[in-house]
Amino acid sequence: MRKVAVVGIGETKFGPAQDKTSVELFAEAAMEAMTGSNLKPKDMQALFLGNVLGDFSEGQGMVQAFAAENIGCYNIPANRYEGACASASMAVRDAFMWIASGFYDVVLAGGVERAATMGTAMATRTFAMFSDSHYEYPAGITFPALFAMLAHLYAAKYGIPLEKLKEQMATVSVQSYRYGMFNPKGHLRKEVDVAAVLNSFMVSTPLQLHDCCPFSDGAAALVLTTEEIARKLTDKPVFITGVGQASSGPLVSQRDYLPRLKAREISAQRAYEMAGLKPEDIDFCELHDCFSIASLIAAEGLGFFDYGTSGEAWMKGEAAIGGKIAINPSGGLKSKGHPIGATGAGQVYEVTKQLRGEVEPERMVEGARIGMTDTLGGDGGTLVNIILQRGW
Amino acid sequence: MEYKLTFKEYSEALKENRLLGLICRQCGTVTSPPKMVCGNCAGTDMEITELAGEGKIQTFTSNNVAAEGREDEAPYVVLLVELDEGPWVMGNLVGIDPAAVGMELIGQKVSMDGNKVFPGDRYSDGESTRPLFRLQG
Repeated sequence: MRKVAVVGIGETKFGPAQDKTSVELFAEAAMEAMTGSNLKPKDMQALFLGNVLGDFSEGQGMVQAFAAENIGCYNIPANRYEGACASASMAVRDAFMWIASGFYDVVLAGGVERAATMGTAMATRTFAMFSDSHYEYPAGITFPALFAMLAHLYAAKYGIPLEKLKEQMATVSVQSYRYGMFNPKGHLRKEVDVAAVLNSFMVSTPLQLHDCCPFSDGAAALVLTTEEIARKLTDKPVFITGVGQASSGPLVSQRDYLPRLKAREISAQRAYEMAGLKPEDIDFCELHDCFSIASLIAAEGLGFFDYGTSGEAWMKGEAAIGGKIAINPSGGLKSKGHPIGATGAGQVYEVTKQLRGEVEPERMVEGARIGMTDTLGGDGGTLVNIILQRGW
Repeated sequence: MEYKLTFKEYSEALKENRLLGLICRQCGTVTSPPKMVCGNCAGTDMEITELAGEGKIQTFTSNNVAAEGREDEAPYVVLLVELDEGPWVMGNLVGIDPAAVGMELIGQKVSMDGNKVFPGDRYSDGESTRPLFRLQG
């Protein structure tokens, strides 16, 4: 298997409804990535693009083909990936595999979404499509409701009084806002304290507005290539050294494993094994904090903290920059935003920038050499993990 | 291989307050909602069984923000119930004030008390039904 490097990265601002189409948003991110890699559109051999709800948000299917043509990548194979919020990470993982296997040398991977454009009611409806539409949606399940149920289950299973858990979850959001404030690509750039989280609108008990990430519009793109080509293009190649992906069935099928998500644990284990690393080797992680409780569940499933203890870890600063492991120095989905089909590529964008030492000093993980992403689709239906390391 | 218990059959039975599952002839595990294979051993030798509709609340939420087209339903309580026969099902809790529920619900015994039909919307393939539960005693 050949080594695979990220040599170009691009990202639009993640934000509220934008006056740009999906093709336009992705084109901006893609041109930035290609320009930054010192490669041209004609050098791209394939496009792997995450996009979840374009059919609903703008009546556009098969967006990947139009995007490829729009940016001058004429007639290349263009694949769309749909794994709910993990779509772009699936695209990046596949790009990695095709290059590692020797089939392609250069692949453009990324994602785009216009979740904010749909508005809250339609986005809530369409996001609920990633639960079981026949056996779970009838009961009125929504994404906040689903993670709200996991939060109550987490409190019960680990014997944490709900008030204490809520304070821990609020601390997760506050930390994300604190870093996200300095991210120029971020959606919600503001300072929020624990009291503000606990006083915000109750969406789905026990989750309040500031426990939930926003619906965002945005795009991200990456140019991936071989080690040989990467060495010619840049003196700062970032290598993908481990990937994992796994799936699970509907929430009710996951039953007593909950609130742990088995797909994550399998996916992360595969990524660690491939990279020859352990959780304690990871300097920082961009993990899937669609809800504050999701951060706690993720940090434990990835092996950073013991089960039932990650809230305490956040409270002690162990998940902050300078702590045991820096979690979401980008601001995470909470602050940076969540354009679902682009989110995973946005995480790889952030990890690459961190490893290159190119982020704002207020959210820089000094000397970071190994970063990881964690992207969750649906209620654990699709999980993807990617480990990246400095190549210099 | 023919699907033993389809969504349509499950849903039609639920509308008549009969909660169906599949019992595995190999390992005895009950799978519901139905699948092609046994939720435990992945065997396919299963027969349709009717469930008592009694169980224990594993978790819940009181939801204030419903999806498009279902705004009138909020607030409502969504439950994951572990049925006495083993399966977990999703449903709603009735006979309580959604604004007044808390952690005390977890572990409480519930019984199925009818059903409610979601008539479907422009995104769905028709109607679908969920079980309603009520606290015992």
